[in-house]
Amino acid sequence: MSNTQPDMSRVPADDALLGRGRPELGRADIAFAVNGAAVSVNVPPLRRLSSVLRDELRLTGTKVGCDAGDCGACTVLVDGAPVCACLMPAASVSGAAVTTVEGLANGRLSALQASFLAHGAAQCGICTPALLVAATALLEKAPTPTEIEVQDALGGILCRCTGYRKIIAAVMEAGRYELAMSGAAPHPPAGTFSPLNGEKGEAIGLDRRMPLSGNAVGSSPVRLDGIPKVTGDEKFGGDSFPADALAVLVIRSPHYHARFAFGHLDRWVKAHPGIAGVFTAADIPGKNCFGVIGPFADQPALAEGFARLRGEAVALVAGEREAMLDLDLSDFPIRWSELPHFLHPAEAKAEGAALIHESRPANLLTKGFVERGDPEAALADAAITVTGAIETSYVEHAYIEPEAGHAYLDGDTLVIVACTQAPYMDRDDTAKVLGLAVDKVRIVPTATGGGFGSKLDVSLQPLIGLVALKTGRPAALAYTRNESMMSTTKRHPAEMKATIGASADGLVTGMVFAGDFNTGAYASWGPTVANRVPVHASGPYATPNYRAEGRAIHTHGPISGAFRGFGVPQATIMQETLYDELAGKLGKDRLDFRLKNCLRNGSETVTGQRLDSGVGIAECLEALRPHWARATADADAFNHIHADTKRGAGVASCWYGCGNTSLPNPSTIRVGIAADGVVVLHQGAVDIGQGSNTVITQICADALGLPLETFRLRSADTAISPDAGKTSASRQTFVTGKAAEKAGRALRDKILRFANVSERASLRLDGPAIVIHEGEATRHIDLAALDTDADGFVFRAEETYDPPTLPLDAKGQGKPYAVYGYGAQIAELEVDLKLGTVKLLKITAAHDVGKAINPLLVEGQIEGGIAQGIGMALMEEYIPGRTENLHDYLIPTIGDVPDIKTILVEVPDPEGPFGAKGLGEHVLIPTAPAILNAIRHATGVLVTKVPATPSRILAAIRDKEARA
Amino acid sequence: MIRYAKPTTVEEALALLGEGAWRILAGGTDFYPAQGARPFRDNVLDINALAPLRGVAETDDHFVIGARTTWTDIIRHPLPPAFDALKQAAREVGSPQIQNVASVAGNLCNASPAADGVPGLLVLNAEVELRSAAATRHLPLSEFILGNRRTALAPGEMVTAICIPKPAASGTSAFVKLGARRYLVISIAMVAARLTIEDGTVTHATVAVGSCSAVARRLAAVEAGLVGLPADRGLGDAVQSAPMAELSPIADVRGSAEYRLDAVREIVARAVLMAADPTNEHMVAVA
Repeated sequence: MSNTQPDMSRVPADDALLGRGRPELGRADIAFAVNGAAVSVNVPPLRRLSSVLRDELRLTGTKVGCDAGDCGACTVLVDGAPVCACLMPAASVSGAAVTTVEGLANGRLSALQASFLAHGAAQCGICTPALLVAATALLEKAPTPTEIEVQDALGGILCRCTGYRKIIAAVMEAGRYELAMSGAAPHPPAGTFSPLNGEKGEAIGLDRRMPLSGNAVGSSPVRLDGIPKVTGDEKFGGDSFPADALAVLVIRSPHYHARFAFGHLDRWVKAHPGIAGVFTAADIPGKNCFGVIGPFADQPALAEGFARLRGEAVALVAGEREAMLDLDLSDFPIRWSELPHFLHPAEAKAEGAALIHESRPANLLTKGFVERGDPEAALADAAITVTGAIETSYVEHAYIEPEAGHAYLDGDTLVIVACTQAPYMDRDDTAKVLGLAVDKVRIVPTATGGGFGSKLDVSLQPLIGLVALKTGRPAALAYTRNESMMSTTKRHPAEMKATIGASADGLVTGMVFAGDFNTGAYASWGPTVANRVPVHASGPYATPNYRAEGRAIHTHGPISGAFRGFGVPQATIMQETLYDELAGKLGKDRLDFRLKNCLRNGSETVTGQRLDSGVGIAECLEALRPHWARATADADAFNHIHADTKRGAGVASCWYGCGNTSLPNPSTIRVGIAADGVVVLHQGAVDIGQGSNTVITQICADALGLPLETFRLRSADTAISPDAGKTSASRQTFVTGKAAEKAGRALRDKILRFANVSERASLRLDGPAIVIHEGEATRHIDLAALDTDADGFVFRAEETYDPPTLPLDAKGQGKPYAVYGYGAQIAELEVDLKLGTVKLLKITAAHDVGKAINPLLVEGQIEGGIAQGIGMALMEEYIPGRTENLHDYLIPTIGDVPDIKTILVEVPDPEGPFGAKGLGEHVLIPTAPAILNAIRHATGVLVTKVPATPSRILAAIRDKEARA
Repeated sequence: MIRYAKPTTVEEALALLGEGAWRILAGGTDFYPAQGARPFRDNVLDINALAPLRGVAETDDHFVIGARTTWTDIIRHPLPPAFDALKQAAREVGSPQIQNVASVAGNLCNASPAADGVPGLLVLNAEVELRSAAATRHLPLSEFILGNRRTALAPGEMVTAICIPKPAASGTSAFVKLGARRYLVISIAMVAARLTIEDGTVTHATVAVGSCSAVARRLAAVEAGLVGLPADRGLGDAVQSAPMAELSPIADVRGSAEYRLDAVREIVARAVLMAADPTNEHMVAVA
């Protein structure tokens, strides 16, 4: 297309007549009602309603997740009916009444909004507005809906965090909040402090279940950051773009491997009015190389001369928003020369394969290795050995919020406001690429609409930063779903083989494991996966003789990075399916076999780490025992009378080390008391929905001895709060929690010393005074009378915690983690033998979290992790070039997650805060192997490539029939 | 210049269509995903103000589904049991948000091999009404969709209605969809079946399959094999042994060709059994 094409944004409004006169495509005045208020906008009639609401009316509660009707995040009501605002032309709402999430609360939260908060139905909150809007329409028709009615009504809205179960409960039970949310505010029950006020001071009329002072840990207050998530006020990466920001588009490689050269960029810019500039690698002032692990950093922010993967960024176009919306890139001056590529590790490893990175022979990024005892001898001597191979697929994180953010200059400081899991890492990599000192880059994390590992890596930060630096103007960019899926990281596809041997009485004696992990074109977290896998591939079982190798191999495929579990979910499928085979050959019950072999206090791990206490896997498996007995009996009874459908039960375990593997991993927490009597907590552990804003505060509150509601949080903004590390590796509750515990105790000590009382004293805040009781004595500290420091604190404390680990030696022996968490799950399902389809019936999950700081949030993590495990087991397979959207790439819907029974096991860890262990990744690990084991129980066949799609399951069944 | 028009009468719309090439916008649920983030460069004829094209009407000879009728309209409109397959399919078109705006005619014009709406209309012997400023013509649905994303729509024409002949609106029907998840899923395969049963014997049968060929197809041998059989579980056996020569599935991300051929036979059998006995709901347990 040439620049002589008309620009519909510049046609005079007079020409834009709807349905009459001259039907020229221009702008039109469109009048409609939003949330009861009359509005009029002047926009092109084909502008998507989602854009009108967000960009013209600044109603950013309506989210955009895919622009294709695949995720439902943009759901609004038009004349009472739910529609996808991304698929509706502005012209279609002329004269209509539109309801968005912002219109659901009427001075106070609606019953449904209150129910969502009370149930913990919102985690990251990106899908919450759509769910609330669609469920509101349902409740109008059916005030007490059934589960099926709720699922049917919400089936078109994807949620990646919650596992949907709490959403279903919140909608079904919304009526219970009707009375409380209308009329007078309810009298707060004893021991609570409701009704509290929301951020804006409005009465929310909701019991936030605030615990009494000293009882925060172990209670389940409504998440402290919850209210904006249900009102639409929460600002995610794309929700606060400055009106004058330049819009940025990224030119990406359409090829897996290609050389490219630019034509006359300046000429192209001049020919396109409204375009401010094109920026390429030549414009990058710093080192055009980033990566999450310094020594392995290898990724250019903008490729130089050739692209190593499809979707790699090669240039940026920046311009005025309206001009960019009408920009046709088909004449962008770039010439591509496709080069040979390979997408599979087998090709990458082959003799003579071209090297993707010159410095990495055989395209091997790195490998991890753990060896203990004499595995060959053990297997040779074993009474029984089993051998198998498992292949897994690329898995896309599929958070509903594509990467988004904006950048601007504040004096000589570059400010980046974007969604992220790791603000300080973003700061350091962005500064490096842009040639700035780290203190001249400030990262302001927005709410993050899901991360699951992928938002640990920088994505658009250096890109929008470059445009802001070069133009001096704010620059804004929200990835499309397509470019988010193409260009950001994935779970590593794995090709694994293993052999496990056991003695005749059922003790595992040895294991050998080897896995190739397709790490894609750049390093990202490939080294972490390669190292974590051999440490964990034994599962939480005593394995005296062991060798495991994990290899991260480059291909021209998507970059594999961090995804909830860092390779351990893949390796666990290998190990746990072999355990079922071993139990079968030994004639032992599958649960008993696991109990017999599981780690106990005093056991040594495969890295030779002696676990003196806090090992809770046996407790988890024991907790499952009655459920296992029922599940297997139910399946047997069903199978006795059914021929074409068969039920099965499967069990699998997990263990997972919390925090970095044998590397420093500190978190710092600052907390203080201001002169007005508010406790200010610098909570730098980014909350991507998992709940660190709430959990870290609960820990700090009890350590300090003041009630939760006296706390005000400061965000993980790098200019405001100290570094609490990345939200990854299930480390925040443990590591940052421990720092928060230390900081809370340190602050308490300062106050007690100041008051000259013993540690038995209790604290209370009374306006701008601290009241201290010890025995009969009472002391008042008048905060206003004391000096404050530069930050406004009268008392303050700042503490750092770094978990004690030891390096792994050449044989992988050492103490890689200070704390492990454990869990085990049972999957019950039904397989249609004629179609290969699987219907999940129930998941029972027992997880040892050491201490559940907030049991409701723990349940939310478990249910959400299970949903992702279900996806990995049954449907998720990212195929580059073919599934770069959310209708070809399938994640579980509200109809795909069965009833989940959570059993919290609390075997305290001596290291963790209040005994707590990490949890976030553990919960996903057992699900897929438990499902595969249940499918085998039902059908007699093991599907050796996940996802176990109907096609693969039926093929395995037919193969077995053919062999019979 | 690119043009945008939102006519309020069919005549006005047809006159505009005669002036040049237009992209027709109805529910937008295929229009916008196809557009993606690219700027508009086609003339767009927005038919959302053509009130006469919305809704289901009954004439002496036909049930007439206006081109702008939504899937939700189909679900809510009282219709004979022969339409049950279509109504069940309507509930599987995307999500409620999609069904509330997406048009029946758009599902046909988009001509996706996986269009959930097509088999249910094929078993009703649906005809497509095509109008231009100059003429009106009717084509059997099977002659309207020509291939993957190809239709018989001529320049200057638009679909104005889908007509179901009254004789085809008899009997009972059912729809079975096979997908890899419960909601919002593109079908691996789907089947509609309609049976007329008199005195316990099948006197007429229509069966159509989607997602197993470039265009959804009626299964002639299966239909013929069902006629004359008692309306009992033996119908399933008849399906299992009948030729399905019309099907030529491909392998894609949703399933292999072999899988489709294998599984589709089973869901044809289930659709037929459900059509014969609509209380056989447990047989729907697919995906």
